[in-house]
Amino acid sequence: MEDFDNRDGTNPEALQADTAGRGLSRRKLLIGVGLVGIAGVAAAAESEPLKSLTAAEAATVGAIVARLIPTDENGPGAREARVDRYIDRLLSGPHNTYRGPNNPNSNLTDAYAAGLKAVDAYAQATHGGPFANLSPDKQDVILTAMQANSATGFTPNSRMFFNLIRLHAVEGMFGDPYYGGNANFAGWDLLDFPGIKLVFTEEEQKLDVTVKKAHKGTTDYAFFGDNRRGM
Amino acid sequence: MAEQLKKTDVVLIGLGAAGGIVAYVLTQAGLNVVGLEAGGRLTGRDEQLNELAESTNYNIFGRPKFNLETPTWRPNASTPTIVSTMVPGANPMMNGVGGSSIHYGTMSFRLNPWNFKMRSETIKRYGASAIPAGSTVADWPLTYEELEPYYDKTEYEIGVSGKAGNISGKLDPSGNIFEGARSREYPLPPLRKTGYTELLAESARRLGWHPFPLPSTAHSQPFKGTPACTYCSFCHNGCFINAKGSTDIHAIPAAEATRKLSVVTQARVTRIDTDNNGRVTGVVYLKDGKEFFQPASVVLLATYTYENTRLLLLSTSKAYPKGLSNNHGQVGKNFMVNSTVQASSGLFPGRKLNRASALSGQGTMVDDWADDNFDHSGLGFIGGAVFGGGMGATPIAMSGTTPPGVPNWGSAWKAWLKANANSVGDCATRSFEALPYEDYYLDLDPTKRDPLGFPVIRITYDFKDNEYRLNRFITEKISMWLKEAGATQTWTSPGTPTVRALANHAFGGARMGTDPEASVVDRWCFSHEAPNLGVIGASTFPTAGARNPTLTIQAMAWRTADHLVKNWKSIAV
Repeated sequence: MEDFDNRDGTNPEALQADTAGRGLSRRKLLIGVGLVGIAGVAAAAESEPLKSLTAAEAATVGAIVARLIPTDENGPGAREARVDRYIDRLLSGPHNTYRGPNNPNSNLTDAYAAGLKAVDAYAQATHGGPFANLSPDKQDVILTAMQANSATGFTPNSRMFFNLIRLHAVEGMFGDPYYGGNANFAGWDLLDFPGIKLVFTEEEQKLDVTVKKAHKGTTDYAFFGDNRRGM
Repeated sequence: MAEQLKKTDVVLIGLGAAGGIVAYVLTQAGLNVVGLEAGGRLTGRDEQLNELAESTNYNIFGRPKFNLETPTWRPNASTPTIVSTMVPGANPMMNGVGGSSIHYGTMSFRLNPWNFKMRSETIKRYGASAIPAGSTVADWPLTYEELEPYYDKTEYEIGVSGKAGNISGKLDPSGNIFEGARSREYPLPPLRKTGYTELLAESARRLGWHPFPLPSTAHSQPFKGTPACTYCSFCHNGCFINAKGSTDIHAIPAAEATRKLSVVTQARVTRIDTDNNGRVTGVVYLKDGKEFFQPASVVLLATYTYENTRLLLLSTSKAYPKGLSNNHGQVGKNFMVNSTVQASSGLFPGRKLNRASALSGQGTMVDDWADDNFDHSGLGFIGGAVFGGGMGATPIAMSGTTPPGVPNWGSAWKAWLKANANSVGDCATRSFEALPYEDYYLDLDPTKRDPLGFPVIRITYDFKDNEYRLNRFITEKISMWLKEAGATQTWTSPGTPTVRALANHAFGGARMGTDPEASVVDRWCFSHEAPNLGVIGASTFPTAGARNPTLTIQAMAWRTADHLVKNWKSIAV
């Protein structure tokens, strides 16, 4: 499969069964993380050095995304999906300048540093403590104010930072697990999204059939797995 | 000082959907072509099945050239300029060999005969007052019948999967009965029908409409040595197995096989040069920090709409002090977009629609509310839209389909997604027809410059009453259709219609026409002023047409290339 060349017209269906290569080991790793549960994730996070955020910033990010996509009766949320890890990697990686040089948030590291500082200052002023230390109810009050653009102390305003971190929470929850989020395919399972499959059958395109989950991302296929252009 | 290269027959700027076709036709005829492409080459391995890397949506890694020269936008000449930012779905440029045909959604419509005569047919049926005030809508200087052979050649070259609704005047209701007569069936049968596309088709028929399968360049069967589509759903990343009609897969390799096409990648064209008689002499470009001059007998400008206009305006000379081919002040005029995807969603509670197990090229469309296929009396707009729904749902997009009233974060949001994400059906106007107006245009931005110091394009564009009324009308039809199909609730994405001046379907700026006072190029898309300069692409279109434009761009490119081949001696001199 490593030699698969699409220009030769090789039967692509053979790829669907392909679990060889480095993709599999990463998948095993992710499943392992999922099996040990929330406590295990927290332990893993401790042993996994942050790439961009400070420990305090990571705590605030983790607390915010855990309210945006909470862990509840409908299953795992941002915390289990490791959305915090996605954002930490996002800030250190090639994404950092994305959406072009015109974007006011093109330097995401600065935008996050300033935004998180403003979140904690606002939390301190209105509820007497840093965001991560507040109760979920109080955290929701703050996020609601940020989204309504009524939270003060943000530059240029609180809604812009809310929208930024919400966008990245969505990307981390529902994007390809390669980027560090969507751990154990928590986001895709929530949506009943089957995962990346190279082939979909006629049966899988019918109404009301249950499509078997692939629980694979792009790089779980060796064809893509050794090619990181754009990833 | 630019390094002088050896003269060639034709220098072609841009090797995308249009340029790839031009290169194919010219080299088959034996002409020598140098193709200058701003981007590089991609292969199937580069085309990850990955929503975050989709260049049409999230554009995380950007496009090497376009992102550094994004046009600015202002709604009209008296409002401040807004520095555009890339938004999901609005990235128009690929910058690569194959261009945007690599990442487009594979929609491959022909325009209908009425589209070529929009102004005269409207006046004939409804009177001159039906033309909206200030609109510069014009007939094309050619008919559908004249373009038909080139549509046919293009469909068979790139491979289009579809069902004919009109072969030589014989109608077939399993295809689009509103289409112009075609000379033969599509080269490939339609893509697979799905549960959801058939749900839509049956309900459209109950409404008395005429549904037809979306024509797509995703190949329903093996085609010219490449495999059939496997329905992976990630057309917007480029096809990993080349089961798609992008020009990098068949047209450009076929041109290169003749050894008549020389492809220069990462070539950043900065100007087109002119002699004192007003003829173009060649092209200046930068590659690896070095400047080159490529002389040629003929220059064909085949970049995207914004860059076509920009290169003309930047190429000032003694013969053309206001920009190449702009002595009549027409370059940049008659700009319009039709890319506003007026997406509507419908909720089918408890049903698994499984739209993620398929590609967006699998769709059911109707033409009943496009063009003049219905009576416009008293409606206050002209034109219409082809619209329809289908497959192709990706997870980040799915998470954003909540109806009004459902929060977009927190447990309530999550509960809604858990219950409904796979029960949301889509129906959209892929391209509703917006008109050109005399006060909307492209010019050079007075302040913003790209990293090389060249001004970027400034877009002055907005919708007017005609467009808003049309949009409301179509939205009601879409909602009616979704409800007939069983949706209990329908809604449109917030803020629509959004004017996407930075559009992936952008038209005009180098209008084609017979009058040099009111157009830039002639009916063959050669300049009225510089006779050996051709302009390729939707920048020449007098109207947008209510359909995705790529196939028409390609058929027009084929026609211009064919004209050049047949008239080589008089054009190249």
